[in-house]
Amino acid sequence: MSATPELLPYKRIREDLFRPLSGISRGYLLTTSIAFIVGAAGLAAWGYQLRRGMGVTGLQRPVFWGFYIVDFVFWIGISHAGTLISAILRLTDAAWRKPVTRAAEAITVFALMIGGMFPIIHLGRAWLFYWLVPYPNSRLLWPNFRSPLLWDLTAILTYMTGSVIYLYLPLIPDLAQLAEHNTTWRRRFYRAFSLGWTGSDREWHALERAMKLMACIILAVAVSVHTVVAWDFSMALAPMWHSTIFGPYFVAGAIFSGIAALIVVMATLRKVLHLEMYLTRHHFDRLAKLLLLMSLLWLYFTMAENLTVWYGNEPKEMAVFGARTRAHYARFFWTMVVLNFAIPFVLLGIRRLRTIATATIASACILAGMWLERFVIVVPTLANPRMPSAVSLYTPTWVEVAITSATFAAMVMLYLVFAKLVPIIAVWEFKPHPQEED
Amino acid sequence: MEHRWGMAIDLDRCTGCEACVVACHAENNLPVSSPEQSEKGRTAHWIRVDRYYEGEFPDIKVKYMPVLCQQCDNAPCEPVCPVYATYHNPEGLNVQVYNRCVGTFYCANNCPYSVRFFNWFEPKWPDPLPLQHNPDVAIRPAGVMEKCTFCIQRIQRAKQDAAQEGVPLADGDVQPACVQSCAAEAMVFGDLNDPKSRVSRLAASGRATRLLEELGTKPKVFYLQKAT
Repeated sequence: MSATPELLPYKRIREDLFRPLSGISRGYLLTTSIAFIVGAAGLAAWGYQLRRGMGVTGLQRPVFWGFYIVDFVFWIGISHAGTLISAILRLTDAAWRKPVTRAAEAITVFALMIGGMFPIIHLGRAWLFYWLVPYPNSRLLWPNFRSPLLWDLTAILTYMTGSVIYLYLPLIPDLAQLAEHNTTWRRRFYRAFSLGWTGSDREWHALERAMKLMACIILAVAVSVHTVVAWDFSMALAPMWHSTIFGPYFVAGAIFSGIAALIVVMATLRKVLHLEMYLTRHHFDRLAKLLLLMSLLWLYFTMAENLTVWYGNEPKEMAVFGARTRAHYARFFWTMVVLNFAIPFVLLGIRRLRTIATATIASACILAGMWLERFVIVVPTLANPRMPSAVSLYTPTWVEVAITSATFAAMVMLYLVFAKLVPIIAVWEFKPHPQEED
Repeated sequence: MEHRWGMAIDLDRCTGCEACVVACHAENNLPVSSPEQSEKGRTAHWIRVDRYYEGEFPDIKVKYMPVLCQQCDNAPCEPVCPVYATYHNPEGLNVQVYNRCVGTFYCANNCPYSVRFFNWFEPKWPDPLPLQHNPDVAIRPAGVMEKCTFCIQRIQRAKQDAAQEGVPLADGDVQPACVQSCAAEAMVFGDLNDPKSRVSRLAASGRATRLLEELGTKPKVFYLQKAT
């Protein structure tokens, strides 16, 4: 398995990567239909929630944030897959990144589209969500810039805009190629979106500069976005939320779950689209090492967070700490430690065990573990407020479960559609001399 | 002179009868929740009576503490609201503007006293309770947050009455429903800017403490108890 795609003739690469765009297999139809049904069920559940009121969720006083906020943080975390990884690799000129970047950038955009829905889904009056947009209303009253929720909205909108541009820029040369190779509506579609790309020297230089610039910008934006998401919690006066470590902890956790998502998506694409020649063991091995590093970093942050609380022994913080590690939520906490550290450490740390299959298993564990991590951060704090009379438990209802499952279906569906419209690996990057006409 | 409304609650007098809770429900059009919803922690009591137990049965003492919105001067609920639904009015009250609220829940999460309540469904009352709704208080729709207002409608009414008669507002002219209904006369309401008001004198007495004062929220509800 030492073949690198760079050694293949460019014509062959193009054929291989354009092939999945045409024809619809039975498996494709089946997966899309299942994803559609699950997604539609989630939409129906949301409709029910809008009609009846937030009472159909398991939320209650004092646990006002539950599954929806967990999902929100989870998906925003997944969105760090792409942009951050591909931007770092692009800026450091890592040659092996070529087959990885577009798959990663697409995850970012889709995860943001999904994650960005949750602040709206969780609103008591979701139909008024636009009141949060930083824009003055008819009485010239701006929203409150002191609220972390507004920082959040601003950061996510910025990130969304940036990552769409960042996904789109390297698509342009491929879209132009596709316009050449297609007829019917596809030709018009690709032509329109290739923005009249002709492949001149000037255009290549402009594109190169734009991609470098966007990579720099997107890095800063990505770090800031997850820091701001963390601040939604740490700016609050609640025990174990009001913590300085949350910003970097959330950024590290986001990159961690992002890489895991990327490995799962890559392994799936490799199998389904027969990209064994392009997504090789070599790529998985490098990403697995990165994942192992992030797993250790995650453990370090988790220890730093919990050890200081335990040692400080402040009663209100200890109530939350106890709920997390010993009482009702302990099973989630310890499952999280096993999924995020124990399993990946064994599977990825021992060289003999580190294969594509084990890397995928470890990544799937990490995705589940990171979802639990957000749950363990959000819920026990709210369930153990400062007033002892308000202490309570939170159990989600079918509405929250349905909407959560629908988001995973939405991810699958968006990815399936995307993979039918554009090659999931940037074809032009394999051109020996992209500036020359072939 | 601007008013600055505050309250003193004498814990040594409180019998835990919960007349204040009932009065508040009637005055402020609080919805009635079903036993199932109540079990889920979905009841809205703008004032509640917390119980603290000392000792073991049978040698046990119960202490009662009515808890309502503490109308903090430095309220954690205010800065976090993205739409200014919760803000500080010139008389120092934390005001909740229902029409602005979109229901982000952030204010409730950031309230250390857990005194904010959400309308999980459209509010409901069994017959004939809708006939006794207070016309001075809005009925809140599903999806908005609400909480104790210090009976702001009574404050406005008292100010209007005083203005009509051309006399200044006297101490004791404003009585929120809970204060009015307290049989043990454990609750006193008044203007903290008036050093001669009953509430000011009680707040300055050595018996006054404030709930979770160490958080720096500067509450305007003073709890009076024997200093130990």
